[in-house]
Amino acid sequence: MKTNIINFVITIILAVLLSLYLPWWSVMVAGFVSALFFSLKKAAVFFVPFLAVFCFWAIYAFIVSSANDFTLAKKIAVLLPLGGNPHVLILVTGLVGGLASGVAAVFGKQLVGLVRK
Amino acid sequence: MKYLKLVITFVVTIVIFYVFNTKLGSIPPIGKFLDPAGGVWQNDQEETIDGNVNIQGLSAPVTIHYDEQLIPHIFAQNDLDLYKAQGYITAKHRLWQMEFQTHAAAGRVSELIGSAGLNYDRSERRRGMGFGAEKALEKMRENPEAIKFLEAYRDGVNSYIISLDAKTFPVEYKLLDYEPEAWTTKKTTLLLMYMTKMLAGGDNDLEYTNMLRKFGKERFDLLFPDFFDVNDPIIPKETDWSFIDVEITKTPEGELPLDTIPQTIEKPNPDNGSNNWAVSRAKSTTGNPILANDPHLGLNLPSIWFVMQLSTPEYNTMGATLPGALGVISGFNNHIAWGETNATRDVLDWYKIEFKDTTRTQYKYDNQWRNTSVRIEEIKVKGAATVIDSVIYTHHGPVTYDHNFMSDNEKSGYAMKWVGHIGGNNQGAFLALNKSKNYDDYVNALKGYTAPAQNFVFASTEGDIAIWIQGLFPNKWKGQGKFLLDGSNPEHDWQSYIPQAFNAHTKNPERGFVSSANQHPVDKNYPFYVFNDGYETYRNRVINDFFNSKDKFSIDDFKALHNNNYNLKAAELLPFMFDSMDDSLMTSEEKEIYTQIKAWDFNNDIEKLGPSIWSKWYSKLYHLTWDEFDTEEEALMSPYAYQTIYLMKTKPENEFMDIVETPEKETAQDLFLLSFKDTVKELMEWKAKNGDYNWQAYKGTHVGHLLQGLPAFSRFDLPIGGDRNIVNAASATHGPSWRMIVEMSSPPKAFGIYPGGQSGNPGSAYYDNFIDDWAIGKYHELNFLHDAKATDQIIGTQTLTPSK
Repeated sequence: MKTNIINFVITIILAVLLSLYLPWWSVMVAGFVSALFFSLKKAAVFFVPFLAVFCFWAIYAFIVSSANDFTLAKKIAVLLPLGGNPHVLILVTGLVGGLASGVAAVFGKQLVGLVRK
Repeated sequence: MKYLKLVITFVVTIVIFYVFNTKLGSIPPIGKFLDPAGGVWQNDQEETIDGNVNIQGLSAPVTIHYDEQLIPHIFAQNDLDLYKAQGYITAKHRLWQMEFQTHAAAGRVSELIGSAGLNYDRSERRRGMGFGAEKALEKMRENPEAIKFLEAYRDGVNSYIISLDAKTFPVEYKLLDYEPEAWTTKKTTLLLMYMTKMLAGGDNDLEYTNMLRKFGKERFDLLFPDFFDVNDPIIPKETDWSFIDVEITKTPEGELPLDTIPQTIEKPNPDNGSNNWAVSRAKSTTGNPILANDPHLGLNLPSIWFVMQLSTPEYNTMGATLPGALGVISGFNNHIAWGETNATRDVLDWYKIEFKDTTRTQYKYDNQWRNTSVRIEEIKVKGAATVIDSVIYTHHGPVTYDHNFMSDNEKSGYAMKWVGHIGGNNQGAFLALNKSKNYDDYVNALKGYTAPAQNFVFASTEGDIAIWIQGLFPNKWKGQGKFLLDGSNPEHDWQSYIPQAFNAHTKNPERGFVSSANQHPVDKNYPFYVFNDGYETYRNRVINDFFNSKDKFSIDDFKALHNNNYNLKAAELLPFMFDSMDDSLMTSEEKEIYTQIKAWDFNNDIEKLGPSIWSKWYSKLYHLTWDEFDTEEEALMSPYAYQTIYLMKTKPENEFMDIVETPEKETAQDLFLLSFKDTVKELMEWKAKNGDYNWQAYKGTHVGHLLQGLPAFSRFDLPIGGDRNIVNAASATHGPSWRMIVEMSSPPKAFGIYPGGQSGNPGSAYYDNFIDDWAIGKYHELNFLHDAKATDQIIGTQTLTPSK
């Protein structure tokens, strides 16, 4: 459980820091790197970084957009199309970031397994 | 096993990266797009409108005050700083639009949207849009000051572009996944070409030629006379033209080539037009001249207009600017006000070209062979190979139609002669107007202006009102350029131009007002050849009747006239139709709708049913009348509304009224009933699907985003009345794109509004905040500041400072 929490925290910190310098795929790097150093087990390999980046992206999107009354988010939620609901757009944003990070983490885990053998 | 897992997870990671990083169909690169740190979320905020920004090359600080409508008021120390700041500020709010419109002008849409844009791009290239822009730039180079201004604007735009990164690009770049490129002086000329095409890029010569051959001269002239039987021209009929000492070009002997032309390139929207008018001191309730302008263009977001105040110690001007061009286009200063409507003259002709052989290196001219030149057009296509289109040029202009494009003869083609290819400093006229102080300045400002020809209305605090129809007009022989011309015959070339001083104009006419609404500029007494090439015949009469109806007019009268919904076209035809309708032949449903339209007062107001019934009925009737023109074999066009109605009323038994498909011989009266029954059927279907067919719902006015009308960034179902051919010219997608009223008090008092908002960012509250007020006919007073001191209307001040 402890490693889960450590991995979660490290992934978020990495993702936030890397996002200042790298494009969107910084969250994939974050998931990948934390998987190298804080190895998790089974489903947690995917879900912990998934959840970490999900939270990061969803909360970040919410903070930015709510300050502007979700003006653009409402329109993008029509464009994509998500029924014009900005909260669904925030959810989708979290899912996309989480998925990218989680998948990269699974790959990292496999790489670690190989090196250790 | 381990290796297999590694490979699989690696592949999945790469796939996810690829899918989230790539634009797939219309779905943006979703990871990049939704990234809150760099994607579209970063656009969900307002622009900064305070603080300091360092700009290279400024000579002194520039102050920009924003009022609560987000209108920037720019105070600079000299012209170069002013235009640099205009470029910077316009880009700050409208960058994507500026670039998109110039890409569209240059035929570079495929670069952004892929092969769906290819046909469009090819026709723009074959129209010679890039060629014309280069010619314009060449002409402007003759004037070092003009080029310096263009460069200052360019540098201002580029200072803004350089300040951006992937995170701060406007939304549309993120959506289509591309980046802004540097602004150039050519882009400004491309924007001017975009306007020239929109307003002076129309013609029907090839359609007229097909019809002349098909119907013969007599029937053709009945359908498309040079003058209609009513004419309320821009320049009053009683004008004395005796000062004109240049004669009309003599008509040469010889035949016109009567070819069959299968199809033609897309034409600009025939509804592109406008209203403007001004009343004199004597006709104004306050004793100050009052002027109004409302250009009718496609309704788009971001709007084609951007309102600004531009000021230096020498002058102070405010009004609507065109993002991409310098200065104020329709506006006022402390001394004068001006506005434009389109002059709709035939300044685009077609010449039949006969090549010597299939190499097309030479063409026949004056019984000799002349060399052609080739312009290679390279069209980049997103996601596909670059397309090369070689366009042959003659001394007339580009051979638009040849065996590579809409035609099949390898040894002939049609070349375009267009005033848009001649070039000219058409930016300069507006900059000079911005600084003009009186009538003489205004006349001087207009002198070099060539295209698109406009009716420039004018009013001054000194009390003058005027209108000049200004552009470069060929002095044509009677009939020249109404049809396809012979490109080998030197006498078919444009022989000379009407000397600028003889362009039709009027100053302080006796009637106390000037007006224009895209109608015929003159009556038959004007010595040069002008024929009806799509002149509007309704709005002008309503406007002139209004100004003849009483002695004095106020700003409120002007507002009422902008919003006047009187449908003169319906009023001229419906009573005649009612007379011949036999309601005993109607079902009860038809009778009900017939009663509704009979009760209509001919005003296209939003809550009424009459306008919807009329709109459907007239459109059905029109198509039924001109069924002869509904063919794919050759390019034809059906007659204009005025002549259509004139023929129905005066020649109801003419054979054009007959429906070709039926064995019976129909008259206009038969068509009325047939089209009415059809109308009722379709209206009932519409009602079952959409509910009540009141005019607002039925017309469905909307303002669509420039990028293929993306619904998410558009506004729908606006509560505005009117229609085409009505002074309040708001149809479904087209209408008054800027409404301005200026009273020439000292200082002037001005009102303006447009269907959009100052910000081009869909994430801004200022993106579409004018639309609701515009629709209901409200105006915003323009805060014309006297000096750089902020008033209580100012919500933010930004300073542009020279960077070391």
